[in-house]
Amino acid sequence: MNINLTLIGQSVAFVVFVWFCMKFVWPPIVSALNERKTKIADGLAAAEEGQRAKAQAQEQVTQVTNEAKEQAQEIIRRAEKREAEMVEEAKGTARNEGDRILGAARGEIEKEANMAREALRAQVAALSVAGAAKILEQEVDEGAHAKMLDNLIEQL
Amino acid sequence: MASGEPLTTTGYIKHHLQNLTFGQFPDGTWGLAHGAAEAKAMGFWAIHVDTMFWSVFLGALFLWGFRKAAVRATSGTPSGFLNFVEWIVEFVDENVRGSFSHKNDLIAPLALTLFVWVLLMNLMDLVPVDWIPEIAKLMGIEYMKVVPTTDPNATFGMALGVFVLTLYYSIKVKGVGGFAAELTMQPFEAKNPILKVLFIPANFFLEFVSLVSKPVSLSLRLFGNLFAGEMIFILIALLFSGGAILAVAGGVLQWAWAVFHILIVLLQAFIFMTLTIVYLEMAHSHH
Repeated sequence: MNINLTLIGQSVAFVVFVWFCMKFVWPPIVSALNERKTKIADGLAAAEEGQRAKAQAQEQVTQVTNEAKEQAQEIIRRAEKREAEMVEEAKGTARNEGDRILGAARGEIEKEANMAREALRAQVAALSVAGAAKILEQEVDEGAHAKMLDNLIEQL
Repeated sequence: MASGEPLTTTGYIKHHLQNLTFGQFPDGTWGLAHGAAEAKAMGFWAIHVDTMFWSVFLGALFLWGFRKAAVRATSGTPSGFLNFVEWIVEFVDENVRGSFSHKNDLIAPLALTLFVWVLLMNLMDLVPVDWIPEIAKLMGIEYMKVVPTTDPNATFGMALGVFVLTLYYSIKVKGVGGFAAELTMQPFEAKNPILKVLFIPANFFLEFVSLVSKPVSLSLRLFGNLFAGEMIFILIALLFSGGAILAVAGGVLQWAWAVFHILIVLLQAFIFMTLTIVYLEMAHSHH
């Protein structure tokens, strides 16, 4: 355990090691650490910003959805109203058409009936004349009785 | 165990405490000393080859490993060894930030170097005391003391470096006058100029002692702790030659002491680093 030249040797080694450490070891590690610190801080800030943006977007989504729902409701309401209107309209049209067809049919029937009545009247007149001729067994002057027969037809 | 000496307890201990010394013999030739007496006779101009080898080897190991990590260090996700290195660097950085309030790019790397280097040298104490010396003996090397910090030359060498830095920064920051005033104008202060001059010798004596005691205590604390730990390992190792029961007891004791010694190893490295930072902080600040 003598103090000797080793002391100087150790001092020199110490100086060399410290110099090397200061030059080549410490700066890159510390700069990497600091860089990482900044990066992490930036990342955290960005994450926070993202969170905020997400919340904002969520709000917007809710708003848009609500608007869309309202609009849909409105459209449905309008459609229902229009449907009711159309049904009413169709009902009116159908009724009118029916009435029209009914009227036309009635007119036709009337016309047919009148025609039948006319024919019947003429036949009754002819039959009456024939019957009367048979009863009287005499020649009836058609000309002389025509007026009377017309009156008879009128009364039928 | 020494080849030439008989296997006695004293011889065993002495052998373990002897450095491999290279120097000049009294007859003028150079070579390795055989035994303590020869080493002593070499005087100051001799060098402890084992201390130098292990300390430089461990220091180089530290710088090599950390340099490799430093090259790979990026701002991305660290992993494995790089993580470990960064953990140590941050630990040291925090300590420096905590106790050193000035701007000096030297202090943090200095603290890191001292901490890891001293720690590695101390850790050599946990290698069973006979392993490396026995291997060295097989290689024909007579003495091998593997823990550099149990050699006062190593601890004084580092403390000397710290001391020189302390002086350098004291003068750089405060100027020669300021530093001289710090050494002579306190702790006894006076307004009266005559009293002031009268106080100078007493002040200088006190301040000089406190200045010099810093590196001395710094190095002796580390040396003392590690030397004592090494000594206990050697004494425990003696049990191995005392029969089966004693050998088992020795094994248990060695394990227990090694576990406890881890604490000392770490603590002494940490204390050495912290005190270095504190001394340099004192050198930078005005009283």
